[in-house]
Amino acid sequence: MTMSLDVEGLWKGFDQRRVLRGIDLHVAAGETFALVGPSGVGKTTLLRCVDFLLQPESGILRYGGREAATSPPERLALRRRIGFVTQNPLLFRGTVFYNVSFGLCVRGVEGPSLEDRTHAALAAVGLRNRTDARASDLSAGETQRVAFARAIVVRPSLLLLDEFTANLDPANVAQLESAVTTYHRESGATVLIVTHNLFQARRVASRAGFLLEGKIVETGDVGPFFASPRDERTRAFVQGEMPY
Amino acid sequence: MLVVAGDLVGITLLSLLVSGTSTLLATLVAVPLGVTLGLREIGSQRLLRNILFTLYGLPPVLAGLLVFLLLRRDGPLGSLGLLFTPLGMILAQFVIVTPILLGITMSVVATVERRVKDTAFALGADRRQVSVTVLHEAAAGILTGVMVGFGRAISEVGAVFIVGGHIEGRTQVLTTSIITDIQAADYADAVGLGAVLLIIAAVVYSLLYRLQERTLP
Repeated sequence: MTMSLDVEGLWKGFDQRRVLRGIDLHVAAGETFALVGPSGVGKTTLLRCVDFLLQPESGILRYGGREAATSPPERLALRRRIGFVTQNPLLFRGTVFYNVSFGLCVRGVEGPSLEDRTHAALAAVGLRNRTDARASDLSAGETQRVAFARAIVVRPSLLLLDEFTANLDPANVAQLESAVTTYHRESGATVLIVTHNLFQARRVASRAGFLLEGKIVETGDVGPFFASPRDERTRAFVQGEMPY
Repeated sequence: MLVVAGDLVGITLLSLLVSGTSTLLATLVAVPLGVTLGLREIGSQRLLRNILFTLYGLPPVLAGLLVFLLLRRDGPLGSLGLLFTPLGMILAQFVIVTPILLGITMSVVATVERRVKDTAFALGADRRQVSVTVLHEAAAGILTGVMVGFGRAISEVGAVFIVGGHIEGRTQVLTTSIITDIQAADYADAVGLGAVLLIIAAVVYSLLYRLQERTLP
């Protein structure tokens, strides 16, 4: 069910700009890891590479200790073990049910199992009563919760969360963080969160890392990482002294 | 030439059959092809799109002439015996409608947000399922293409006149009948047939519009 993630020497750029400059990162199976850092340092790019939405220029990605498969069927099988929630998720035209059940449908799940799992995922984010609502009628908070339900409905082994509560009110933030914690506890999945919110990183993650200028500066358990960071740049960032 | 009630029903039905079938066939060919081409980000797409945009303006008489040359007795497809038949007229309108529908489908699919493809991909869709999802998102635009295509087919006169020959009781359609009525100075009949054309357009478009509304978010 769970799956470790290893990133080794990952490079990725756009045009002349190098965004990732040899990223090395280990996220153990079953842990919740928060990656923090200023805007534009490559956090989203890293997640998109991990989810195969971007092709890295060089470097190795290992999932569960194995290098990412290249054959289309194996790559598809691996992709289907990864869930991804973005900062501004796009919901498809149609109902909430259609959106949340999408991942199950493409995996060939149907009938009562499809309905039960979709309803359970919606219940996990407090939207059981919005099953038939049109996606376009949802609030920003509801949209984000539907996106989260859509990601966990397929029980991913690795869950990637990219600023998944940015711009939401405290109630929605609390509900989504609770849903993450519950999913992590029940599934044992590995969770990698990218966030600006240092308080959120402390609340949700067990380990954290600081990304700056395309490189991992420091990683560690959440307590020492925030209380007594080893690197001066990490200290400046977690104490709010780094302008960004 | 005066059109009697029985003739009017036959002419109207043949108009619907020819234009409806040609639009349906063009849809079956152009939509899957347009989705496939629209999803590909290749340099040659621009050239293809320019060719298709040029064909938007293909004069029906020219399309009719080309199909006529293909179908005439000593033409490449002469042995099929399709000249001056409804099947030949369907072929002529198919030639007119397909580039329009193909170009619109390509444009609509190409302008569907990149995030739609990324989202479907991230949710575990394979290549075919990503295409189906894009098609679902682009449905309203593609239906607009179908409406434009049908409008072009039902209203054109040049191609069906040349390929169909306007043979009484066999290949007469509303537009060719209007032309012959005008030539015979039967203006009242011509206006009446024009009104029937407009009613057909209103009914078909209201049905398509209702279908389109269902595809909107």
